[in-house]
Amino acid sequence: MRKRKTSAWRSAAAICALLLTAAGCGSGNDDDKGGHAPDKLGKGEGKVNIIAWAGYAEDGSNDPKVDWVHPFEKKTGCQVNTKTAGTSDEMVSLMKTGQYDTVSASGDATLRLIASGDAAPVNTKLVPNYKDIFPALKQQPFNSKDGRMYGIPHGRGANLLMYRTDKVTSAPDSWRAVFDDAARYDGHVTAYDSPIYIADAALYLMHAKPSLGIKNPYALDQKQLDAAVALLKKQHKAVGEYWSDYQKEITAFKGGDSVIGTSWQVIANLTQAEKAPVKAVLPKEGATGWSDTWMVSAKAEHPNCAYKWLDWIVSPKVNAQVAEYFGEAPSNRKACAETAAPDHCAIFHADDEKYFQRVHFWTTPIKQCLDGRKDTDCTDYAQWTRAWTEVKG
Amino acid sequence: MPAAPTPGSRLRLTALLAPPLLWLTLAYLGSLAILLLSAFWATDSFTSDVVRTWNTDNFHELLTTPVYRTIALRTLSIAAAVTVVDALLALPMAFFMARVAGGRWRRPLLVAVLTPLWAGYLVKAYAWRVMLGEDGVVGAALAPFGLHGPGYGTTAVVIVLAYLWLPYMILPVYAALERLPERMLEASADLGAGAWRTLRSVVLPAVRPAVLAGSVFTFSLSLGDYLTVQIVGGKTQLLGNVIASQVTLDLPMAAALSAVPVVLIVCYLAAVRRAGALDSL
Repeated sequence: MRKRKTSAWRSAAAICALLLTAAGCGSGNDDDKGGHAPDKLGKGEGKVNIIAWAGYAEDGSNDPKVDWVHPFEKKTGCQVNTKTAGTSDEMVSLMKTGQYDTVSASGDATLRLIASGDAAPVNTKLVPNYKDIFPALKQQPFNSKDGRMYGIPHGRGANLLMYRTDKVTSAPDSWRAVFDDAARYDGHVTAYDSPIYIADAALYLMHAKPSLGIKNPYALDQKQLDAAVALLKKQHKAVGEYWSDYQKEITAFKGGDSVIGTSWQVIANLTQAEKAPVKAVLPKEGATGWSDTWMVSAKAEHPNCAYKWLDWIVSPKVNAQVAEYFGEAPSNRKACAETAAPDHCAIFHADDEKYFQRVHFWTTPIKQCLDGRKDTDCTDYAQWTRAWTEVKG
Repeated sequence: MPAAPTPGSRLRLTALLAPPLLWLTLAYLGSLAILLLSAFWATDSFTSDVVRTWNTDNFHELLTTPVYRTIALRTLSIAAAVTVVDALLALPMAFFMARVAGGRWRRPLLVAVLTPLWAGYLVKAYAWRVMLGEDGVVGAALAPFGLHGPGYGTTAVVIVLAYLWLPYMILPVYAALERLPERMLEASADLGAGAWRTLRSVVLPAVRPAVLAGSVFTFSLSLGDYLTVQIVGGKTQLLGNVIASQVTLDLPMAAALSAVPVVLIVCYLAAVRRAGALDSL
């Protein structure tokens, strides 16, 4: 197994080297991979191809009141083509086609896009609204490399613990409720259906089993991964169903098929709006979460329009619209004054850095341990994927 | 006796057959071949790029990892269960339609069997999700008897798949029963056979190929399904789900995994062919 991977790495490196030489930019410098950020912008190309999460690039077709694509087209003359992706994995494979200019990647996709050279560094000087982005979102390990930004932060949120207040009477304040105490809600526990959910178990183990020495839930050596997998297998017995589609999660909580499990703030709000007695909390251990970044393709055919889109989507007004429609904390601090609901930023803790310090944003697990350990190899995303298949059995 | 083909008619025949044959070999079998070929490639575990180095590691992993065996067996059992359930439901239904119901009833019944085919697959599956839910109709109907609904899980998957594919079983069986000559049943009665004996010795052998033909549909469609499982399967994982979760991440592994249902279907078709079911297709 290990042997295959090293040889795969080596051949991948060889192929990359060949491509780079062929492209005439093979200086041997790793930083050249993924192209350069432009120094200045030219005229718009009249078109931009976008990969986005559902709800990130609304053009009024879902709800006539929700439209920030048409005003953009009118203002810039860049026609927007949106491809909605369901998962981070899908985003990564779509970006490989080279047909898209920009993508709203989450932290579990960004590093993969940077490493494969599919995303180019971004010249933040060409994005005027970048200066108003919360400083805590800039230069993060999942959106930058060697001090260079690989995109513009869009918004962030935590994966919360949600429960039915009528079925879960002792208000939980710890992830213990869905791990060690999961049997209490046998058949009604829910969990996010993605390999990245392994980090949630690791986060709980960080506190429940300090002897394992987990420092970062995305940097697990084999022993730590095994412990997380064992915990998840135990949880599996009590799980009613896994979710990845948020509509499915809403109906499950509304009907009582799920009574406790991971959730997003937007799901809690929508479920409450449907009159189901649910509550979402950030447990004392903290939580995993996501922070999205608009990245530009290294092969972008319409880079000027892509930069215009980057600036548009994080401009105060639009950033507020997206954050409210999707249910997340905006990345632009001026957006908080533009939201329709005056307490939006308070509910989503937009400027509450103390809150977000307890949130471990999704990051792609890689071989080099992200917590700085040099004496051991960590498990990578491919191993997590296999482990996840095994957890579900 | 047909007239010997003239050069002109042969040309016309070739022109007529060439496009579908081209389609079959290039688009259909060609894509299958590429699928199988890519199962022998590797993936860069970090960037998910396909690395075109020939190796059999994917198949090795497929055969040695216990979880894949468990999933393959589970998929196989669910497909078999769906087929059995559909056969048991279709036989009396088709018999009633073909032999008992008069002309006035036959048509509405046939329409009733066909109508569900007009509704979208997802709509039907989601309707079942609502019905099987904690506060759904199924649970409410069983509650007076002190029973619980099956909830989401393998049972729910079998129920919903059996519902979805039932028309594909009823129609061939109905066709076979309708073709069954009345005099054979009469002859059986004249020879002193009771209803049960007639059913076992005359009717069942006559519809066996039709049931097997219908089972090709129910079995293969269940084997490849992954949406129903996602909707009502709870935490159940079938081959289709594993393939779907791997396809963007590790295409070669997904290709190796999809070889499993292909092999299973080929084996099933071979078995069914020996039983003579494909002659009536």
